[in-house]
Amino acid sequence: MKSDELKSGSKQLKTASEHGIQAPLALLAELSHRCPLQCPYCSNPVQLEKKTGELTTDEWKSVIDQAVDMGMHQIHLSGGEPTVRHDLEDIVEHCTVKGLYTNLITSGVLLNPDRLKKLEKLGLEHVQLSFQDTDNENADRIGGYKGGHAKKLEVAKWVREVELPLTCNCVVHRQNIDNLENFIQMALDLDAERVEIAQVQYYGWALKNRAAFIPTPEQLDHATEIVEKARIDLKGKLVIDYVIPDYYAKHPKNCMGGWGRRFLNMNPKGEVLPCHAAETIPHLKFDNVREKSLKWIWENSEAFNLYRGTDWMPDPCKSCDRKEIDWGGCRCQAMALTGDAKNTDPACSISPLHKEIFAMAAEEARRAPPEFIYRRYGVRFNSPI
Amino acid sequence: MKDILKINESVKPKFPKHVRFRHNKARDEWVVLAPERLVKLDPVAVEILKLVDGKVSVGEISADLSKKFNAPKEVIMKDVIEMLQELSDKGFIEE
Repeated sequence: MKSDELKSGSKQLKTASEHGIQAPLALLAELSHRCPLQCPYCSNPVQLEKKTGELTTDEWKSVIDQAVDMGMHQIHLSGGEPTVRHDLEDIVEHCTVKGLYTNLITSGVLLNPDRLKKLEKLGLEHVQLSFQDTDNENADRIGGYKGGHAKKLEVAKWVREVELPLTCNCVVHRQNIDNLENFIQMALDLDAERVEIAQVQYYGWALKNRAAFIPTPEQLDHATEIVEKARIDLKGKLVIDYVIPDYYAKHPKNCMGGWGRRFLNMNPKGEVLPCHAAETIPHLKFDNVREKSLKWIWENSEAFNLYRGTDWMPDPCKSCDRKEIDWGGCRCQAMALTGDAKNTDPACSISPLHKEIFAMAAEEARRAPPEFIYRRYGVRFNSPI
Repeated sequence: MKDILKINESVKPKFPKHVRFRHNKARDEWVVLAPERLVKLDPVAVEILKLVDGKVSVGEISADLSKKFNAPKEVIMKDVIEMLQELSDKGFIEE
């Protein structure tokens, strides 16, 4: 920990309203970290929360009430795998009664037609279903769950049978990027409204497996071409969201629309985070909805105020004319790759570390991919492959 | 597979099931909501979208607004078509 970070607690940090920041737009609710899949690029923290620490149904309902009162528009019910919770139906019902746009982000493998029908009746508005590949065998290998891909295809059909809208969430990397056109075709075949083609982002567990996933610049260029063409061809038919691995970008991503500006994330035990990876920044102290109101946390929590606005920025961010466009990029990536969350995100071409890190990643991309380091957590739903 | 929708006078626009046109009480504002999308609306767009129900046509919406705002229907319809086409291209409006 840096000495200035130690002192930050005593410094008077500006609050959300002092930064001119309004209420957040959406809440990412990680209902549980438990998950039957073992994806080696999992975005959850390396230290997962146990079932016993998870918020209760009533605690989630109170959070939902508070989110609506603050003026939030959307809730994403996520995990881990949100369907491991038996009270998912109660939570969905409460969200929709209160008028939140309710989205379920799921691997799908634990769902059945009856449960989907029930969730739809209770007002669920959208399902995002994850896919690891379009190739059966490779998809199951990546997710570490035998029969997973076949089940997902079935689940997608059930989703459409109850007329729930569907997004296919496709995480792409160099071990499936050659199937990109198949991913888009799969989304069309499954009658999805939207497909999300997201390259792996390298923090948390994914950073451990970077060498196995990072595509070469040539693979990435080819993928981008395919997406751009499909976007034109399928305009008005299929919405395609595309996220490139920011190592290869000129500017860093405008992560979360800026730290503590638009979104908040809650982990299973009720801690409120500026983003789902924020726990990778070891000196951050998170406030918990079991002790403070959501509104108080958004306004005052040190974990939010520490990197809000631009006052905290060192150079080159401080003197950059894009500082209020990309807000210095991703704090978690800066932490993971430079050891200091305040540094410019090395994904930025102006970062003094950009060249070195880019070269390292490109070198990894050229070598044969190593074996995955799987993440194994929770109940054994079926035997790992 | 859906076809691209070209908005014209006879089209009866509606919101796809995953798209919600909703009033946010705490903020006192109308917004269009879709997965990971939020469209903020100007007052004219709100007036147009309040009439979108899958039963009335673009022509009828325009005639209605033309009376309400005391402006020529052709002028209003140009705005209505332009706005609905933009939303349709993004997947927020269908027929």
